[in-house]
Amino acid sequence: MSGSSESKAETKDSLETPQGASGLSVLGISKGFPGVQALDEVSFSIRRGEVHAILGENGAGKSTLLKILSGALQPDSGRILLDGKEIFLRTPGAASQVGIAAIYQELSLVPWLSVAHNLFLGREWMVGRFLMSKKKLKEKADEVFSLLGLSLDPSAIAGNLGMAEQQLVEISRAFSRNAGFILMDEPTASLTETEINLLFGKIETLKKAGVGILYISHRLEEIFRIADRVTVMRDGKSVYSGAAGELSLPELIARMVGRSIGNHYPKEAIEPGELLLEAKDGVSGEEGLTLSLRQGEVVGLAGLVGAGRTEWARKLFGADPDPKTRFRICGTEVSVSSPRQGRDLGMGMVPENRKEHGLILGRSVLHNITITIMDWLSGFGIVDRKRQSAVSSEYIGKLSIKCPSDTVDISTLSGGNQQKAVLAKWLARKGKIIILDEPTRGIDVGAKLEMYQQMNALCREGKGIILISSDLPELLSMSDRLYVMHEGRFVASLDKKEASQEKILEYASGLNYGQTIRNGSEGI
Amino acid sequence: MKMLSRSGLSMFMSRYGSFGVLFVISLAMSLANKSFLTLPNLVNVARQVSINTIISAGMTFIIITAGIDLSVGSLVALSSCVAMIIIEATGSSLLGICTGILIGGAAGAFNGAFVAWAGIPPFIVTLAGLTIYRGIALIITGGTPIIRFEGGFRALGQGALLGIPVPVIIMLIVVLFMHFLLTRTAFGTHVYSVGGNEEASRLSGIKVGKVKFQVYVMGGMLTALAGMVLMGRLSSAQPNTGEGFELDAIATVILGGTSLMGGRGTIWGTLVGAFIIGILNNGFNLMAVDAHFQLVAKGIIILLAVLLDRYLKRKQA
Repeated sequence: MSGSSESKAETKDSLETPQGASGLSVLGISKGFPGVQALDEVSFSIRRGEVHAILGENGAGKSTLLKILSGALQPDSGRILLDGKEIFLRTPGAASQVGIAAIYQELSLVPWLSVAHNLFLGREWMVGRFLMSKKKLKEKADEVFSLLGLSLDPSAIAGNLGMAEQQLVEISRAFSRNAGFILMDEPTASLTETEINLLFGKIETLKKAGVGILYISHRLEEIFRIADRVTVMRDGKSVYSGAAGELSLPELIARMVGRSIGNHYPKEAIEPGELLLEAKDGVSGEEGLTLSLRQGEVVGLAGLVGAGRTEWARKLFGADPDPKTRFRICGTEVSVSSPRQGRDLGMGMVPENRKEHGLILGRSVLHNITITIMDWLSGFGIVDRKRQSAVSSEYIGKLSIKCPSDTVDISTLSGGNQQKAVLAKWLARKGKIIILDEPTRGIDVGAKLEMYQQMNALCREGKGIILISSDLPELLSMSDRLYVMHEGRFVASLDKKEASQEKILEYASGLNYGQTIRNGSEGI
Repeated sequence: MKMLSRSGLSMFMSRYGSFGVLFVISLAMSLANKSFLTLPNLVNVARQVSINTIISAGMTFIIITAGIDLSVGSLVALSSCVAMIIIEATGSSLLGICTGILIGGAAGAFNGAFVAWAGIPPFIVTLAGLTIYRGIALIITGGTPIIRFEGGFRALGQGALLGIPVPVIIMLIVVLFMHFLLTRTAFGTHVYSVGGNEEASRLSGIKVGKVKFQVYVMGGMLTALAGMVLMGRLSSAQPNTGEGFELDAIATVILGGTSLMGGRGTIWGTLVGAFIIGILNNGFNLMAVDAHFQLVAKGIIILLAVLLDRYLKRKQA
């Protein structure tokens, strides 16, 4: 790795300076947006060689803080100190120059460039280098990946990679910058257990090298695994700061939400009803396992990223039609040729990527909820606006979607409420089979709990749910039964009682299938 | 309370920003020239903007789906030439006009099919359309205008009902109809959905291709209707007419606050945009501004208006 010599020197210097002054601190930072005070006099610090986790619900101000530290936003007041010296981060470039790298929740790779190209993009001192030769670029990328123990192909096109692989490229990019401080916003949101372990291993290595890490995650279990210190934010203020382990998980959650939350996973057992769906994986042929789903059931799909869970679900729904894969839906055998046919067969899908595939940003909540039922709401093409508004109000109430009115732009809602609106449009369509693909990704604790309660409510109404989640505790707790996928096949069917994280990982990595272990980094 | 009224004002400004621009320009024009604010002149302005407004109404739908139609100028020529040839041959204005509008629909279907199902970017498809339709118009007329001083078709451009010019009446009907279509029908909702997020629309069960196809067919038919009005107004069909109409229409739609990225826009905005351009033209002519300067001034004012609109919208967000 050849980083800029400046930041290298800086790292060495500061390691020798006394603990107190060394590190990145913010003092009394405030930032307001029209109508909301995102940060209110927030102070905290990251020391070199520690992982400092910031917890808080969506809207608590974590992302704003991160954007200020990475130079993407300017604070209204307050100071930023680096090793006791005030610095001004007017642009992301300025932040990167003093050795601060940020990895945002929304990936920022250029999709049509190669992985290697992306890795060294935006660093002017590299321009000469990649103009010189692509081979060198690839070699440098290989070097970075081998240092990190990753098996990514530098010449692959970034846009063809899955979410997890793209995330790994982003992380590699920050690593390769020899940054003194790395800010991570939900780095594990799209990673599987194996990949998370890999990432945490790298974080340990970085800590030893004296890098300070700011870590934002909604997965609270992770905090205890890697954080040295924890700061809890609520409504733009820092409400708690202390060593990790000082407070228990429930105590931290109570501080985040300002109240205590009882059961994390309030799964209700419901007597299954009629058979809704029987399906093969579409790869194994007749002798392969059959997935079945009954009314009132939550069937979980486990597997590594790239195991083909989302791909299978999209075939089922008709989003990526495959005439060879046939499904038995409510007794009729079909292959689903379009999402419209999927819809008409009584299915609904809450997709993995809410903003790109789930919502029409810029349109109202009402529009987004009733989009699936325009044919029911209109006679001779003319929309019955009273009924439209009644349906929208019904589901806003039923799912307790928080919005000032249903005419506001859906993009002004929090992630959790947006997710509920995506679910609402399929409930409005009276879908019987609901596919939930990573339904709680990137939403806060309170909203997750509400999503689980909604799943219970749907089961009580006799709907069947297919749940895809990379959050294993969630998947284990919320599913009645589980299927494990590996290389596009159903390799195991597990009852709730016999399922465990270890067992799932064993099947998911192909151990019981006579295959070599894959780390999930190659696509399917 | 104070907070509320202020946000109310900025909301009003952002929603009706282009209306504010129209007001300011009208005010300036009426101060600069006494004959601007007279009824005959205002009726004159309305008649002048009618052709562009009819085309722009269809263009608004297309742009809301994140598309574009560059072929409208050529299609005005093609549809009016075909209509005139039919009228010359049969003597029936009605038959000619109906054929002309059908030709518009067919050309729209041609554009729409390539955009919706072949996945070719609208810019390229309609750029091809621009040269193809112009070429056909030149071929069938041999490159010379067809002039005809008799026939009912002339009423479309020259007639009046209760003192209101027929082109203005047609324009108002088109605007009302298209506004209704956009805001009150399932189709209108789908147009917004497809432009706002095509993939999410597809995954919600909307037939995205069909919506796009329909939008281009409608745009083609409205363009042809504008061609009929122009033909009536000029008592002739000219294969070289309509050059640059696509740029006027696009400018009009953008001035009206419709986003080129798709997903947002209104027909009222487009009507206001058409009047901004129309009043500029009219005012400059009244003030006897040199035609070449007019071009420069018009371009600058369009830029300023869109900048102002952006500024107001950002302030609100």
